[in-house]
Amino acid sequence: MFKERFKALIRGGSGNPPPVPARRVSTAASSPAGTPRRIANRQAESCPRTSRGLEQFFLVIRDTPGLSILDFSAASQANITFITNLGHRIYAEDFLDCLDSTFPEDDFFESQSHPVKAQQVLDQCLDFPPEHFDGALVWDLLQYVAPPLLTEVADRLYQVLRPNAYVLAYFSSEERAPLVQNHVYRIADAKTLLLTPRCQRPPSQRFTTRSLEKIFARYQQVKFFLTRDNIREVLVRR
Amino acid sequence: MSTTPTRAYEPEQNRGTAVIGKSVVVKGQIYAREDLLIDGEVEGGSIEAQEHRLTVGPNGKVNGNMKAREIVIIGTVHGNIEASDKIDIRKDARLMGDIKTARIVIEDGAYFKGSIDIQKPETKPAQARVPAPTAEPATPPAAAPGKL
Repeated sequence: MFKERFKALIRGGSGNPPPVPARRVSTAASSPAGTPRRIANRQAESCPRTSRGLEQFFLVIRDTPGLSILDFSAASQANITFITNLGHRIYAEDFLDCLDSTFPEDDFFESQSHPVKAQQVLDQCLDFPPEHFDGALVWDLLQYVAPPLLTEVADRLYQVLRPNAYVLAYFSSEERAPLVQNHVYRIADAKTLLLTPRCQRPPSQRFTTRSLEKIFARYQQVKFFLTRDNIREVLVRR
Repeated sequence: MSTTPTRAYEPEQNRGTAVIGKSVVVKGQIYAREDLLIDGEVEGGSIEAQEHRLTVGPNGKVNGNMKAREIVIIGTVHGNIEASDKIDIRKDARLMGDIKTARIVIEDGAYFKGSIDIQKPETKPAQARVPAPTAEPATPPAAAPGKL
């Protein structure tokens, strides 16, 4: 989609004006002054959290060694050690850093509609051969991607994952919060994560079960895990 | 946030370490037969130091593949790295490339983009021990019925 828009922008003077990318207004609960500012968590303590989604994810990949797992968080000793001890290869891609370095904070969601910048993110973070990975841990990062780019990321993930590979994603289920907590996720064991609060930042939209099913419509199966806290765990099968 | 204390960079005191200083730019391949500290720029080729340690210092910038027994990265590396023993990525390091090693240590704050393949060295199977012949305990003669 973005390649066609980019080509149209380049063609320019064919008589028809190039299509203007639709400007998306963030549907997050933004104040009249604009999108809420991020709030950094300073000296935040880590806390353990049991995750059924994580448990299911590792149940699938545990018994087959030599798989390739994509981790969207910044490289951490805990995640690397856990996954490589299972005999797998881990690929680290700091997706949030890529988003923050591409889109300015004061125009974060609107600028994600820009086809060139959006393509830059896809090329930088998801430039892999087709059917390259056996699983992907995207944590809570998809909730900071605005709908036009979000669909592209979900599609690109689909392409780089092998059939029947799983994607584990977390979304805040808080309905009215203008800001959601972003965490650093470290794997403690097959069903436990160590969550360290990083900052509070606005999500691109409110994610409901329906909207998540729509995002992952191309996938075989979307499974939700109910939790007591405000995190919606989603395990998606390619 | 990690509570693990981070290690400050200390320059090698070992006399057996070759050094590429921070004002030096090397274009081409490097083969080292001793430990090597790179605090300058290296590009356009690979760096090999089999059975030795390669360190990319805080000012070091490497654009190429690296292969050694042990690799320590404090600066910036664009390229694949392979270490037969261990790779140590410090908190201010930036590494973009694939890693193959037996062990890896990565500090919080380090930037890494690439894959990690752990290849543990194959251990020789333990030789089956032949049990040493042991003398069988002498069976005591049957006790004669005692007279009461």
